[in-house]
Amino acid sequence: MKFAVIVFPGSNCDHDAYYAAEHVLGQQAELIWHKDTDLRGADVVVLPGGFAHGDYLRTGAIARFSPIMQQVAAFAAAGRPVLGICNGFQVLLEAALLPGAMLRNRSLKYQCEHVHVRVEQTNTPFTIACAPGHVLKIPIAHGEGNYYAEPDVVARLEANRQVIFRYVTATGEVTDAANPNGSVNNIAGICNQARNVVGLMPHPERACELAVGSADGLVLFESVIKAVTEGAFSGAEAVTAKAAASAR
Amino acid sequence: MRARVFVTLKPSVFDPQGTTVNEALHTLGYTSVRDVRQGKYFELDIDAASADEARRIAGEAAHKLLANPVIESYRVEVETGADAPASVGH
Amino acid sequence: MNISQELLDRHGLTGDEYQRILEMLGREPTITELGIFSVMWSEHCSYKSSRVHLKTLPTTGRRVLQGPGENAGAVDIGDGLAAVFKIESHNHPSFIEPYQGAATGVGGIIRDIFTMGARPIALLDSLRFGSLEDPLVRRTMAGVVAGIAGYGNSIGIPTVGGEIAFDESYTGNPLVNAFCLGIAKADEIIKGTASGAGNPVYYVGAKTGRDGIHGATMASAEFDEKSAEKRPAVQVGDPFMEKLLLEACLEVMQTDALVGIQDMGAAGLTCSTCEMGSRGGAGVEIDVALVPQRETGMTPYEIMLSESQERMLLVVKKGREAEVERIFDKWDLHAVHIGQVTTDGRMRVKSHGEVVADIPNGALTDEAPLYKRPMAEPEYLKAAQSLSLEQLGSPQSAAAIFARLIASPTIASKRWVYRQYDHMVRTNTLVVPGMGAGVVRVKGTRRALALSTDCNARFVYLDPFLGAQHAVAEAARNVACAGAQPIGATNCLNFGNPQRPEIMWQFARAVAGIGAACRALDIPITGGNVSLYNETDGNAVLPTPVLGVVGLIEDADAVVRRAFRRAGDVVILLGENRAELGGSEYLKVVHGLIRGVPPALDLDRERALQKLLVDGATAGLILSAHDCAEGGLAVTVAECCFDTGVGVEVGLPGVGDDQWRDVMTLFGESASRAVVSVETQYASEFLRRAADAGVPAVEIGRVGGERIRLSVDGRVAIDEPLRDVERMWSTTIENFFERSRAVA
Repeated sequence: MKFAVIVFPGSNCDHDAYYAAEHVLGQQAELIWHKDTDLRGADVVVLPGGFAHGDYLRTGAIARFSPIMQQVAAFAAAGRPVLGICNGFQVLLEAALLPGAMLRNRSLKYQCEHVHVRVEQTNTPFTIACAPGHVLKIPIAHGEGNYYAEPDVVARLEANRQVIFRYVTATGEVTDAANPNGSVNNIAGICNQARNVVGLMPHPERACELAVGSADGLVLFESVIKAVTEGAFSGAEAVTAKAAASAR
Repeated sequence: MRARVFVTLKPSVFDPQGTTVNEALHTLGYTSVRDVRQGKYFELDIDAASADEARRIAGEAAHKLLANPVIESYRVEVETGADAPASVGH
Repeated sequence: MNISQELLDRHGLTGDEYQRILEMLGREPTITELGIFSVMWSEHCSYKSSRVHLKTLPTTGRRVLQGPGENAGAVDIGDGLAAVFKIESHNHPSFIEPYQGAATGVGGIIRDIFTMGARPIALLDSLRFGSLEDPLVRRTMAGVVAGIAGYGNSIGIPTVGGEIAFDESYTGNPLVNAFCLGIAKADEIIKGTASGAGNPVYYVGAKTGRDGIHGATMASAEFDEKSAEKRPAVQVGDPFMEKLLLEACLEVMQTDALVGIQDMGAAGLTCSTCEMGSRGGAGVEIDVALVPQRETGMTPYEIMLSESQERMLLVVKKGREAEVERIFDKWDLHAVHIGQVTTDGRMRVKSHGEVVADIPNGALTDEAPLYKRPMAEPEYLKAAQSLSLEQLGSPQSAAAIFARLIASPTIASKRWVYRQYDHMVRTNTLVVPGMGAGVVRVKGTRRALALSTDCNARFVYLDPFLGAQHAVAEAARNVACAGAQPIGATNCLNFGNPQRPEIMWQFARAVAGIGAACRALDIPITGGNVSLYNETDGNAVLPTPVLGVVGLIEDADAVVRRAFRRAGDVVILLGENRAELGGSEYLKVVHGLIRGVPPALDLDRERALQKLLVDGATAGLILSAHDCAEGGLAVTVAECCFDTGVGVEVGLPGVGDDQWRDVMTLFGESASRAVVSVETQYASEFLRRAADAGVPAVEIGRVGGERIRLSVDGRVAIDEPLRDVERMWSTTIENFFERSRAVA
């Protein structure tokens, strides 16, 4: 199966995602330039971390208008798996493929460190191989990872089980101290209503080998491989363009 | 024509930068400043036939790109030389 | 044009230098030419005070692919690859505008690396500030750290290490030295050369504005009250632009359409033009009217001297222009044809076809002034070198001293700083900041590279020759502790005003010391940077020659970190304790003194220690290794416990007399020492290896428990809960910044 990693001008974790998919997991991976209009037979689309367009104006604000995003939106509307990592998550938010927005970390500083996240839901293509409640040690590296959505949107996300990852302590407790950036409800990652588009601020592609500090991120990639090759992810009820659009 | 776009965080959104600036002002002795909200200011130099057209273009620019409607509101003013009423944005 | 003394002064040119210009040109210079000479002959660009000394450094070795003289140095690391690296300073701009000064310093060194055809994979920063009690210093440091983070994170190159030290002498003269490492194919290293008559010269990158004009001359002068007015001279960096430039240039380099390429750094377009011509033995002619400009009404003088960031100068093979332009277009960059290579060895600048500057390249480069400035041993030296312990009174208890040292800013945890740096991007980082030398793997091979930047400036102040040797030894030792064989070094020499004989003496002695140590340890210098005039109103910084050493680990799995691993492991002290307190952190923190002579340094012993560390790591015997530096053994041993949750209990054989015995043993900074831990079953084998290698080695204790307990001659001297000690160590820097929310 094939991973497509989208490259915007200023993306800088594209190679890491590519490396994880191809070298660590032995899958086919391709870097796709933001001006392209063809996803070239991808089975999974990854929007990687970095500073697309220098994060100028707002993170992800300009990247969402790139030509390739039309294909990404169509791919998502068709119920196929899309993963937005860090800056990629920010692009998905600006593109309204996921609801909410990102604010500056409450510390007002960029933070690079390992954190723990708990897998809240396993019925997404990226968590299907996880055990529910599984705690993963994965690094963050961001200055604007403070997830925000209006209270009614947050309530809906929680009720719909669209919160996929939550910041927790090493033993799995949701505490304020475990929240690195002030995100509402310690939300680290969410999915859309159709459950095929997942965005998270931590970097699973940086946690695929023990040598670099943790291999807990592997399971996200293993999940989507399983989802695609075994058809293990059955998708949500209404996988239509309308569902994707109303995810805002 | 010059259009000014003011983009501010919606009241419900926590503004740590504004809070920090407020605290800094207090340490400088400006304790009468009760609150600070930080926003963005854009100046657009537009080729438009009329102030209304400039306002329309600036408003669309604000709505589509300059402001994120989830967390920000905007307001557009057009400079025409004479005092022109500001239009209220989203 | 009226060439007044005032005009020359503003250009930083002496009367004698102006005479030379007249002779070289055979006429009066135009104002543009005067500006060009002023920047190219500035200290920062010409190294006129330092070249005679730098020539004595060892720059060759079997691995050296590129020594000093190019944008960066390069050493062979096997598998057809080269490590390309250099360190550079951006001190003066960082005082004037900390964020942008530091950011553009990082941007500048990154360009120096990728202009050689290497993909940058790691950054380090060596920083010096005044006392953190001073709000201005805190503001400077916060700005510098934010600038390094802002630039490095955005462009996606991890900052994996560095060092920060504090001393009052740096208050008005912070030091910001940025180091960058890149990887290139050994046979595809590209030089900054212009050659081939008629080959087109291209400009690519950001538009040229008025920023940074006379940045080079500013860096070649001291600060005084008027420095604040020089603010416009600081450049503003755009890491996004540089990211595009980096990717586009690396892509262009994959074709073979380039003859040469150089970034525009200090002295901007002027410097790259004449240097490329000079290296290639050719001439270069450009028309500034073709240079993309961000501001209106720029004069040729301004265009040639502008230090706008993120710009590159390329010489393209004739006929390959379209290919190159297409690649830059893909990245939304505009490559502009602004001139061509000629055969006359001159730099000719036109403006709308009219010649405004016409200078032989050599005059600006090889034939720039060369000074053998007068040197004299400083008056402070003899007195400073004398240390009378009696005059210090009775020492406090070891426990009290330990508490003060562990929480002193130079020793305390820098996590508040490096947490702001993305140190994991590119998924190569094997050892994160705070754990010893930074280590990055080289993907596609089994290898890894260890990196360290070091300098104990107090030692250099007390004995420049010996102190500089310590800098080399310490950097190499840090790298060896990680299990890496030192294979190359770069240096950033930060000193005061070279027109003062005592500063020049410090400089010359330090360079001699670097040379001696590099030869003894077989580490070639592949390039570096000199920053002079780091003084304000006649007060110079401590002489600070920073060494950046690169080490090679053949098998990345063998990398060693500083932290103890498990309770029960045996702790071994390598090297010899001696009764030496000269220049120590103890004297500075507790008594406010920089006195005495630096610890003795036996380079043969140092070499033997480093070899043992590397061999032991390769054999998988060493579980952790940490070199002894500021604060002495007590600090070293404690640092091995941090971030582990396990404490330690060690007993040390005492050195020194009477009431000073504990202080000497625990806080003395004798050289060539390291604390390692090994598995119990391998302890005797390792001790045997050490004996065979002629390295003093003694088992001093075990990892375990929840306390840090150090005994001297069997008597407990320090006994504290690990948690408390770690808290003091880890909150010092943070408290200075988070608690005091004074005007930022």
